[in-house]
Amino acid sequence: MTDKQAGGDVRLSGISKTYGSFTAVHPLDLTVPEGSFFALLGASGCGKTTTLRMIAGLEDPTTGTVRLGDKDVTALPPHKRPVNTVFQSYALFPHLSIYENVAFGLRRRGVKSVKKQVDDMLELVQLGDFAQRKPHQLSGGQQQRVAVARALINHPQVLLLDEPLGALDLKLRRQMQLELKRIQTEVGITFVHVTHDQEEAMTMADTVAVMNGGRVEQLGAPAELYENPRTTFVANFLGTSNLIEAEVVQSSGGEVVVTAGGGKLRLPAGRCPDATTAGGRLLVGVRPEKISLTPVADADAVPAGRNSVTGRILDSSFIGVSTQYVVESPAGKGLEVYAQNVEHRAGLEPGAEVVLHWNPEHTFGLDAAQAIDAGVETVGERP
Amino acid sequence: MSWARRNIVVIAGLLTLAYLILPNIVVMVFSFNKPAGRFNYAWREFSTDAWRDPCGVADLCGSLALSLQIALWATVGATVLGAMIAFALVRYRFRARGTINSLIFLPMAMPEVVMAASLLTLFLNLGAELGFWTILIAHTMFCLSFVVVAVKARVMSMDPRLEEAARDLYAGPVQTFLRVTLPIAAPGIAAGAMLAFALSFDDFIITNFNSGNTVTFPMFVWGSAQRGTPVQINVIGTAMFAVAVLIVAGGQIISGRRKKRALTR
Repeated sequence: MTDKQAGGDVRLSGISKTYGSFTAVHPLDLTVPEGSFFALLGASGCGKTTTLRMIAGLEDPTTGTVRLGDKDVTALPPHKRPVNTVFQSYALFPHLSIYENVAFGLRRRGVKSVKKQVDDMLELVQLGDFAQRKPHQLSGGQQQRVAVARALINHPQVLLLDEPLGALDLKLRRQMQLELKRIQTEVGITFVHVTHDQEEAMTMADTVAVMNGGRVEQLGAPAELYENPRTTFVANFLGTSNLIEAEVVQSSGGEVVVTAGGGKLRLPAGRCPDATTAGGRLLVGVRPEKISLTPVADADAVPAGRNSVTGRILDSSFIGVSTQYVVESPAGKGLEVYAQNVEHRAGLEPGAEVVLHWNPEHTFGLDAAQAIDAGVETVGERP
Repeated sequence: MSWARRNIVVIAGLLTLAYLILPNIVVMVFSFNKPAGRFNYAWREFSTDAWRDPCGVADLCGSLALSLQIALWATVGATVLGAMIAFALVRYRFRARGTINSLIFLPMAMPEVVMAASLLTLFLNLGAELGFWTILIAHTMFCLSFVVVAVKARVMSMDPRLEEAARDLYAGPVQTFLRVTLPIAAPGIAAGAMLAFALSFDDFIITNFNSGNTVTFPMFVWGSAQRGTPVQINVIGTAMFAVAVLIVAGGQIISGRRKKRALTR
């Protein structure tokens, strides 16, 4: 940490990027607080990588400025920015040993004795024995750690990670997520992480910005985003949401009452868009794990005051820790319910008539003017 | 029978190798001959006379030196220009890129004798004096396309993110080129350069048309073959072959040792 410069937030103001007639990033303002683990989350082509590359200096923004602390770096070429990147394909130099790969940044800045720092850094990522090997002699996970070491050794003000775990298998990815989080806590450098994997973003980041179509849809802590999505895209892209089209009947006393599929549902007014008035339309959402299932025969056992909808189980799949049900009801075609497998539950087979019920507090309302299926993953979308 | 079947690949390989190497062996063997007349076509007795006096034939070593000189400069010129063209064609989108991409192959496809005659026409019309410079210009020109092809293949397989990574790690444009781009493209550039050297060194047709009074090594061999072939020609041929084999073997040993060292550390 000897040459660590006075840090500061990363501030993007009005930054945008257009290629000919295609707008990759619409003008956006974003502040990444110093020392935070920040994730840019979105599907491929949403502009998240372009945003990252503009911070690195590898793309010139069409408009706007990039600031690190109080320094405007918009016009600086990449090699003059105190920022380093971990590339998606790692981009390790194939003709150099692991040692020289890690030493590359120090040598370019004219640091004379690099041995101690390189050895320490290789120790940090547990690759001390591999110093003299070439990148192609290492496994994917090891290469990934070299890429992190090569960037971190420079003590950048900001470390940019461009889908760094995309090429790893699931188990290794989980392991590396925790490892990266540990390293970030240890070195205290600001991390900006680009990913399309919502679980990865939520596991690792303090703050997540969900991007869609070149815009930031919503920004916040993972739990906040998950519990209070403000758009259907966020509701569907982060986990799964059941969205039900409803009509507002009444809005008073901090509570909104809607009708959907012939039944009435209640939800807190604080979780609805501001302009919610009686007679308007609303998309009512609830997460699958908040819903309980009870066979129709036992409907009397459902506590009063809960939102309830009747339906018929179309499909159930046993996942191990939980069972996932798809339920057809007048309120919605494919409502999803996740039930923990605590004890065997009779009468919940496909074809069974059931009551879906949940705490009204767990219901959120979204503006009905949006596409209900925005952000829903379709098969084959993920790489 | 089953033994032959199991080893058919090895047998076929050895036969092909023999086919390739046999002419070289003949050249080598006859460099130790002591022919009766002026023609070195029949084996008479073993002798090292020619090896002890390789320059014993008038003009031979002069023409060899000239050929080596031309090959060297043509290689340098064609490699530098060809590598730059290859990078431009792969990395940049510009007008006429497609046209250049296909036209660059033209010298490879054109019958050599036609090109030789056309070049002579061009030089005569320009009023150029035939000799070292006209040969060098012609050689650089026809070596160029081979270098472009060799380097292009290498550059196309290079990940542009490597250069971005270098820039990201505080390397300016010059450092990025010297430390990352050039070393990674080096095998392609080396292959192109070697090809250019070999092509230029043994070119006869184009050289013969455009050399004026200058005599290169292949022209010397052709000329002397009319009157009798000195054994020294075989000596030079054998020496060139030995140098080429040594270079290839040396390269293999060095890269093999590097790999081994990397694995044992």
